[in-house]
Amino acid sequence: MDISIIIFLLGGLFLGWSLGANDAANVFGTAVGTKMVRFKTAAIVCSIFVILGAIISGAGTTETLGKLGAINALPGAFAACVAAGLSVYLMTKAGLPVSTTQAIVGAIVGWNLYTGSATNVKVLITILGTWVLCPVIAGLIAMGFFTLTKSFFSKRRLHILRLDAYTRTALLLAGAFGAYSLGANNIANVMGVFVPISPFTDISISNFFVFSSKEQLFLLGGIAIAVGVFTYSKRVMFTVGNDLLKMSPVAAFIVVVSHSIVLFLFASQGISNFLQSINLPSIPLVPVSSSQAVVGAIIGIGLLKGGKEVKWSVAGKITIGWFTLPIIAALISMFLLFILSNIFNLSVFI
Amino acid sequence: MFGLKSSSLFSDTKKLEREIDEFVDILSEVGLVFKSIVPTYLNHSANGKFDEMVEKVKDMESKADKITKEVEHTLYEETLIPDARSDVLRLLEHMDELIGMYQGNCYHFSIQKPNFPKEFHQDLIELTETVVSCVEALCLTVRSFFRDIKTVRDNGHKVTFYEKESDIKFSALARRIFDSELPLDQKMHLRYFVEKIDRICDQAEDIADEIQIYAIKRTV
Repeated sequence: MDISIIIFLLGGLFLGWSLGANDAANVFGTAVGTKMVRFKTAAIVCSIFVILGAIISGAGTTETLGKLGAINALPGAFAACVAAGLSVYLMTKAGLPVSTTQAIVGAIVGWNLYTGSATNVKVLITILGTWVLCPVIAGLIAMGFFTLTKSFFSKRRLHILRLDAYTRTALLLAGAFGAYSLGANNIANVMGVFVPISPFTDISISNFFVFSSKEQLFLLGGIAIAVGVFTYSKRVMFTVGNDLLKMSPVAAFIVVVSHSIVLFLFASQGISNFLQSINLPSIPLVPVSSSQAVVGAIIGIGLLKGGKEVKWSVAGKITIGWFTLPIIAALISMFLLFILSNIFNLSVFI
Repeated sequence: MFGLKSSSLFSDTKKLEREIDEFVDILSEVGLVFKSIVPTYLNHSANGKFDEMVEKVKDMESKADKITKEVEHTLYEETLIPDARSDVLRLLEHMDELIGMYQGNCYHFSIQKPNFPKEFHQDLIELTETVVSCVEALCLTVRSFFRDIKTVRDNGHKVTFYEKESDIKFSALARRIFDSELPLDQKMHLRYFVEKIDRICDQAEDIADEIQIYAIKRTV
């Protein structure tokens, strides 16, 4: 493989690493931060399930991103990834709970604008709609779960220690589901732009099992996310567990499950097909923000508790992020594309 | 897995549940023994049966101490209930102090042999019964905290009720003692015992208040 290909792929891998470092905390942050689950256990489970989610269910969201703009040259994909990574870094520094999802969409639109390719407005509107829907649905699911859990506990009279043991198990299972959903939903952000120009070829094992080039890319992206989880997520998890989310382990479980369901809903081809088969509107398969799903779920629980604990400023920051991050990512993307094509004489589109 | 061997998670949990239940049983039983000790002392003075009962309280106190240490060790070693661990341990320590107060009262009766005239016997027995009822209500509050958080408030309210009853009985008895013709040194001596018994209720009420705060923290 050409060394330049590896260098260009590094842009995506960097994005994967930062996703693992930051978003794993949404899945296991409270469990690890409150010492309900050991970091090592969380990291292993998270890595395995992120990779599985990416390979098994990552295709749907990738296809949607592809429809938004099919970047057709490796340097172009590299610029988009770096632009997304940089803009996420800048916005995180500014204290906004943003996501790679919004950044990569902005970066792709930036590529479209720079190269004069058409942006599929219908797809763009669908994507923007899901960003708003994501925290709202997460909040509604969390409210439903919270009510159910409360009534379950009031009927079951579990001993505090028994509850602790169940909660640990539940947090681990919810974390595994969350990691799977994260991999399925967000792998598109990491590797989506490379799919149309994948440098890999399909590997067939005695015509029985085919490991497609797309799956190889997703495996690579999944591994990058896993490396992010192992190398950098510990600190973020402890921050999330101890500072941001002051909530009981049971409430944390509800947040993780709600977040995971939302990510899974927006990534599951099966559910989408099923809804279509019974004449219901299908769910668009769109990469959504893990962090914003978590914040949505927390706000949902906060509202049920009377709304006093709801930090509306965080909700406001999310809204700001929806607009500013894609714009910044698009601008950085265009700037990088300009540099790559004019200074390095690289072809950023075909 | 889970911060401890997964196979031992549920067995450790069950063992701890048993130990905590046993601890609360001991507190309740010590109270019941104490309820018999006072009339035994008053009616037969410090005879063999009284000493036997004091010895029983001492054994139960040692057992409670052992359980506290074991629970403390397991909770920290296995990082169980990280969110409520310090509350649970403080609760056990304070309940252990309550058992210690019962034991202290027994020893004081045994060593100092206060001379309660017959006219105060019934009042002292009633005060003791109220104190033990107060601790019984506390035991229910503790069990509620561990198993049925919704009933913590109701049981905690009973503790407060008995504490107030105990205060009334203590004041009445102390007043009667000081209104009597007994020499001042004896009055002081008897007041000391009455006050010491009443203090058990104060401690029980403090613990019940603590539990109500812990319960608020524990709501989902």
